[in-house]
Amino acid sequence: MYETTYHRPASVEEAAALLAANPDAKLLAGGQTLVPTMKQRLAAPSDLVDLRHIAALRGISSEGGRIIIGAATPHAEVAGDATLRAACPGLADLAAHIGDPHVRYMGTLGGSIANNDPAADYPSAMLALGATIHTSKRDIGADDFFTGMFETALDEDEIIIAVSFAPPERAAYAKFPNPASLYAMTGVFVTKGSAGVRVAVTGAGSDGVFRQAEMEAALSADFSPAALDGITVSPEGLLEDLHASAAYRASLIKTMARRAVAAA
Amino acid sequence: MGIQGIGASVARKEDRRFITGAGRYTDDMVVPGMMHAVFVRSPHAHATLGKIDSAEAEDMPGVIAVLTGEQLKADEIGNLICGWAISSKDGAPMNMGEWSPLAVGKVRYVGDAVAVVVAETRAQARDAAEAVMVDYDELPVVVDALEALKEGAPQVHDNAPGNLIFDWEIGEKAATEQALAGAAHVTKMQIRNNRLVPNAMEPRAALAKYDRAEDHFTLWTTSQNPHVARLVLSAFYNVAPENKLRVIAPDVGGGFGSKIYIYPEEIVCLWASKRTGVPVKWVAERTESFLTDAHGRDHLTEVEMGFDANNRIVGLKVDTIANLGAYMSLFSSAVPTYLYATLLSGQYVIPAIHANVRTVYTNTAPVDAYRGAGRPEATYLLERMMETAARELGVSPAELRRMNFIREYPYQTPVIMCYDAGDYEASLDAAMKAADWDGFPARRAEAEARGKLRGIGMSCYIEACGIAPSAAVGALGAGVGLWESAEVRVNAVGTVEVMTGSHSHGQGHETTFAQLVSDRLGLPLDQVNIVHGDTDKVQMGMGTYGSRSGAVGMSAIAKALDKVETKAKKIAAHLLEADEGDIVIEDGHCKVAGTDKQVPWFQVALAAYTAHNLPDGMEPGLKEGAFYDPSNFTFPAGCYICEVEVDPETGKTDVVQFVASDDFGNIINPLIVEGQVHGGLAQGIGQALLEDTAYDASGQLLTASYMDYAMPRAADLPSFNVGTTVTPCPSNPLGIKGCGEAGAIGSPPALINAVTDAIGVRDLTMPASPRRVWEALQAKA
Repeated sequence: MYETTYHRPASVEEAAALLAANPDAKLLAGGQTLVPTMKQRLAAPSDLVDLRHIAALRGISSEGGRIIIGAATPHAEVAGDATLRAACPGLADLAAHIGDPHVRYMGTLGGSIANNDPAADYPSAMLALGATIHTSKRDIGADDFFTGMFETALDEDEIIIAVSFAPPERAAYAKFPNPASLYAMTGVFVTKGSAGVRVAVTGAGSDGVFRQAEMEAALSADFSPAALDGITVSPEGLLEDLHASAAYRASLIKTMARRAVAAA
Repeated sequence: MGIQGIGASVARKEDRRFITGAGRYTDDMVVPGMMHAVFVRSPHAHATLGKIDSAEAEDMPGVIAVLTGEQLKADEIGNLICGWAISSKDGAPMNMGEWSPLAVGKVRYVGDAVAVVVAETRAQARDAAEAVMVDYDELPVVVDALEALKEGAPQVHDNAPGNLIFDWEIGEKAATEQALAGAAHVTKMQIRNNRLVPNAMEPRAALAKYDRAEDHFTLWTTSQNPHVARLVLSAFYNVAPENKLRVIAPDVGGGFGSKIYIYPEEIVCLWASKRTGVPVKWVAERTESFLTDAHGRDHLTEVEMGFDANNRIVGLKVDTIANLGAYMSLFSSAVPTYLYATLLSGQYVIPAIHANVRTVYTNTAPVDAYRGAGRPEATYLLERMMETAARELGVSPAELRRMNFIREYPYQTPVIMCYDAGDYEASLDAAMKAADWDGFPARRAEAEARGKLRGIGMSCYIEACGIAPSAAVGALGAGVGLWESAEVRVNAVGTVEVMTGSHSHGQGHETTFAQLVSDRLGLPLDQVNIVHGDTDKVQMGMGTYGSRSGAVGMSAIAKALDKVETKAKKIAAHLLEADEGDIVIEDGHCKVAGTDKQVPWFQVALAAYTAHNLPDGMEPGLKEGAFYDPSNFTFPAGCYICEVEVDPETGKTDVVQFVASDDFGNIINPLIVEGQVHGGLAQGIGQALLEDTAYDASGQLLTASYMDYAMPRAADLPSFNVGTTVTPCPSNPLGIKGCGEAGAIGSPPALINAVTDAIGVRDLTMPASPRRVWEALQAKA
């Protein structure tokens, strides 16, 4: 790791000021990707601005029929929160299976979606839930937020405050982990709610998380695993690596989608 | 047996310090004035080395030196050696290329050390290492052994034409071909044994301190055999004469073979310490471990096995290509030859065997012994063949094995080894009973109802441990003898210290070795200390590998104890005015058998050291040493049965049952033995299910971190069903065979046999990753 300066702001304003004052600063929101990257000297931020200790960024609540999750809420809290578990158990279950206990107690929802790793779990949930991402500057719909692999709509000086969503009637996540890293090699989050059926796929797309329109249409007509039987997922545009070919991922998308629907 | 003696499941004495963080590893060692080394490593797999410009690096904060191969050569530091000379079948000596501790002229794999930076802090050294400018002129690369042998392949070493190191054979070629020609059935397979990264929990490390006043070196290092390190460092690398070099291997966090060898970094740290005048410490980062620890396995084999009309094996023909990487590591030549092909008879009567082995240079990390070392490759080959042959012949795999078992001992195989004792059928029967073999069809049907494909597979392994009779291995080309040493030092108050040439890096020697002493002298365990890992404290010894420390290391202790007991009995007889032949040692006393006359052990010891009243002519003191040279290898054997369930939609394999029935001979500590089997099984299942080492065509290691190299986790493993049968080893005083590697040797074929049974395919390359299994199912559909 190269030398860096660590900051622990107490407010979003203070964090924003630190970010503005240090052009090579990075936000630290759990550090489960950033810190290993820095240890390998693949990232060299001059300053780290730690968001995990800002009280306003942390916690889960229910307001006006929407669930609100603070951006610096660690996965373990999301997994264990009674309000969320009652409103959307599929999301709590997703959080319960991210990484290992170390990752779940350090990593945060905001950190995950801001990084938008193509194999991260949360982006699929945000997209499938049609969540709104609330930032220090504006509100962004999930459909506009995830713009490509490791790319989001966030500006350099923009900080995620929270995410919110209307609890769906049904929702579940099914993932097939990479045998080495345990990241999603393919993960599918399905929801059925007032906005209809949404199917979001992570771990498989070469542009990051994406919605599967054909499955959404089939499940809108019949929200059952069997409704997906006739669908053939094309391997085009899917990731290829040591652990999975595009064809294998295409097959996993269908299998995981069926399992998510069955569990929802 | 006492409650702490032989056969007792005593909890490990050393675990308190390990699990409370009080262990002392090489990186915990701090000496005044110590500085830190970071190596500049080649990012290219094959390149001509041009100018190394270290001017900028030398001016950076904290940097005291940047050293290169040219300076190392100028100081006449030697090239790395290979400790076992193997000749080709035409009599030609092996074609060994030069391996300079810091590259000179050329780099041959990604990670090859090019220069070293010494600085006040590790971070400064790392910063400066990035500033060392190295000119590389890239050369074509070859990573696959089969490709390396092809005409026109890139040449890794000039003196190994066609990248061939040696072309070696064992057994009778003509007789084997004749047997196969006359066979009623011949099973043929191509079998790959996947390359593995050792992944010891503690990375390699070295701290070298040169003392100018004494003209003396101390090296703390992560070694399985500190005396061998001292011998090789002094005799071949010219860093220090043996009497001026102390090597200490303190607590070592796992070796699995990878810490047998003397690597470039230890040599360079010693040299740099004298050259710079400061103690120099190096600790590998995990990426360096992936890139530069000696890897394991990497065989590609064509094999044919012939059967007569009664399904008896008539012959076995093996043609293996072994990838040794860019350089010949210390025992790399022995692993695919004498540690591999000599086990090709397995548990079976095979009248004719011929094996041909070609070893090959490639632009990859060096390959050497890794838990099992040659024996997993032999076992995988044979047991995949037996299973496949049984399917082809339409007979039960258990019965095909049973009818071909060796049943009379000693049994001379056609490939050097002479098995001294065993009962393979006992292991097979015990395993089949524990696995409820007959109940499998019902379990398969039940799994099918849940949409899962259930399969069962077995493996009957044999291995050779207790390495090794010195004269025998010497005749086969070994550069060292493979005896072991011990000194038993009874203190004046009767407590005991044992200096052993074995080295514990996870095996629990501090407990098991003490149990032997406790058993023999009737002393509580806490009165016995085991001392190892320091060449200043312990007499020359050969270290720990090849499951040798029980069979060879403890036999040396037993031999030294014999001498101690003989002298103690003489003293006790003198004190008790009894006949020496009537004295027995038990419960911490020397007793006159059949009487109530006795003297406490500590008084015997005290008498030895006060020397006020000893038998006429007896020397004072009670301390004896012994060297034990085994008369044969030992032959642990057993039967493993694995059951898996495959998810046909995802290709994911779950190991749902694993039964191990091992014959390790006599057992000192069943708890530790069970732990060794568990660890071995985890590594073997890791190889078969998860672990793979992949280089791309340019020689970059694709699996250079845990993001891509899949290690077994607890969730990947079932609760093991482990049991033992016992045929004592006749060749050593304790009847021990060894247990450290069996799990890793016997388990991979059992698992792959189970997976292929589940999915109904003949061939499947390890590891049985979800992708491979899914693709196999697709290909079949």
